Amino acid sequence: MKRYLDFYLTNMKTAVLVEFQYRWANYFYMIGMIAEPVIYLVVWSTVAEAQGGQVGGYTAGSFAAYYIVWTLVRNMNIVFTPYGWEERIQRGRLSMELLRPIHPLHNDVAFFAGWKLVVIVLWLPLAAFLAWIFKPTLQPSLLEVGVFFIAIWGAYLIRTMALSLLGMITFWTTRVSAIFEMYFAAELVLSGRLVPMSLMPEWVQRLAGFLPFQWTFGYPIESLIGALTPGELIGGLGMQALWIGIGILLVNVVWRFGIRRFSAVGN
Amino acid sequence: MRLLSLAYTYLRVGILNELQYRVNFFIQILQSLIALVVGLIGLWLVFDHTTDLNGWTQPELLAVMGVFILMGGLIRAAIQPNMMRLLDDVQQGTLDFALTKPVDAQVIVSVREFRLWQVVDVILGLGVVVAAVLRLESRFTLPDLLGFLIALALGGVMIYCFWLMLTSTAFWIIRVYELVNLFEGLYAAGRWPVSIYPNWLRFGLTFLIPVAFAVTVPAEALTGRLTPLTLLGAGLLAAGLFLLARLVWRLGVRNYSGASA
Repeated sequence: MKRYLDFYLTNMKTAVLVEFQYRWANYFYMIGMIAEPVIYLVVWSTVAEAQGGQVGGYTAGSFAAYYIVWTLVRNMNIVFTPYGWEERIQRGRLSMELLRPIHPLHNDVAFFAGWKLVVIVLWLPLAAFLAWIFKPTLQPSLLEVGVFFIAIWGAYLIRTMALSLLGMITFWTTRVSAIFEMYFAAELVLSGRLVPMSLMPEWVQRLAGFLPFQWTFGYPIESLIGALTPGELIGGLGMQALWIGIGILLVNVVWRFGIRRFSAVGN
Repeated sequence: MRLLSLAYTYLRVGILNELQYRVNFFIQILQSLIALVVGLIGLWLVFDHTTDLNGWTQPELLAVMGVFILMGGLIRAAIQPNMMRLLDDVQQGTLDFALTKPVDAQVIVSVREFRLWQVVDVILGLGVVVAAVLRLESRFTLPDLLGFLIALALGGVMIYCFWLMLTSTAFWIIRVYELVNLFEGLYAAGRWPVSIYPNWLRFGLTFLIPVAFAVTVPAEALTGRLTPLTLLGAGLLAAGLFLLARLVWRLGVRNYSGASA
């Protein structure tokens, strides 16, 4: 256990140091990312105003809250990309990582977790700027803030597992980009990233209930902007734990079969 | 003339290269269709809750989306791959090979790559534009078509200039892969007409990042909104941006030290 703790702490510290060096690159990345929610926000505020102030239970102010919190949640959602797995497996770079006496996934989880700390610090001024411009209505209770801080890390872990699974498809086939894009499209629509789930038709909401997507996006956001009852807040954390568990299980199973097919192409 | 034939040769090599990988064509079709479906879902969601968006009706917004996809395809086929290669070259010091050739280096770095399969998006976008125009109530005339084509060409030039300036920052800041993400994020704003954005953002999308001219203005031509004055402004801005991009590029090259070659 101490071995793992050491590994994680060292890796996270490295990530913090590395990513602070590239703070301008990180900022470029963030500014590019912020365009997406600002677009959604403007479109939906326009719709809300055209509809006499609100649509789907959201006013212009609560849309602003939703999409500003969105920016942090989106940042927490960034994990080792499946395209990275593709490269790792195609180029045989995985061989090197297999030599370590620890599962390669730990490396990803630890490094990106460290990076998140940098990202959160860099995010704060941007959030202040967005709040100054779009005037969100946001008055979270202490419970909501607490749940939110756990939920963003839950989202991080769920998405890490999901994208690792996706990336590991590369063990079997090397043409994966279309599969990845299909996944991202489904996620965009069913997670609350495109619009809050309450704006979706009934049946879409029900469908999303059976899928992990909304626990990585919609739920953390809604937990902070006051859209959930205390029961839903705590229950949501339970659902996140469930999906993390399912994710870890699947990752282990797929890894066991996949790694047998790995033949270190090109190394 | 020599520069044109040079560009043509590179284009041919690029096409021949891509023709080797035909499966990619089908994968590109699949990906383009996915993107189209997501776009349509977004549009449909908006009009599920309202009947017009700041004066734009559903077929008009479909036209905007068509231009957005078309222009996106052009960018990813001809502009972005070249800029990505330039970024790599600056970082690795291999830009030497382009700089030592006996033609203008800006031309070389702008024509070296061409991604044929991205043209799928151009065709798909054109299809969406046609579908939208057929559903419009106003009549679509020849001057409209002409205005559309001119606006599209000017928009393409402006996007190229913007990309070149963005890429030239690599001469000062080395790790700039994030630039692609930055550009794509900002370009995504073009999915909607810029008139819906708040003033400061509309200003940015018009003059800082020419998304307005690349997407909204051609779409205005399709929907009978384009005035000759806007088109003239687009022409002037394109010329100005071109000179500015040239200047930034020259300054950048002067700063280049060929790190490892």
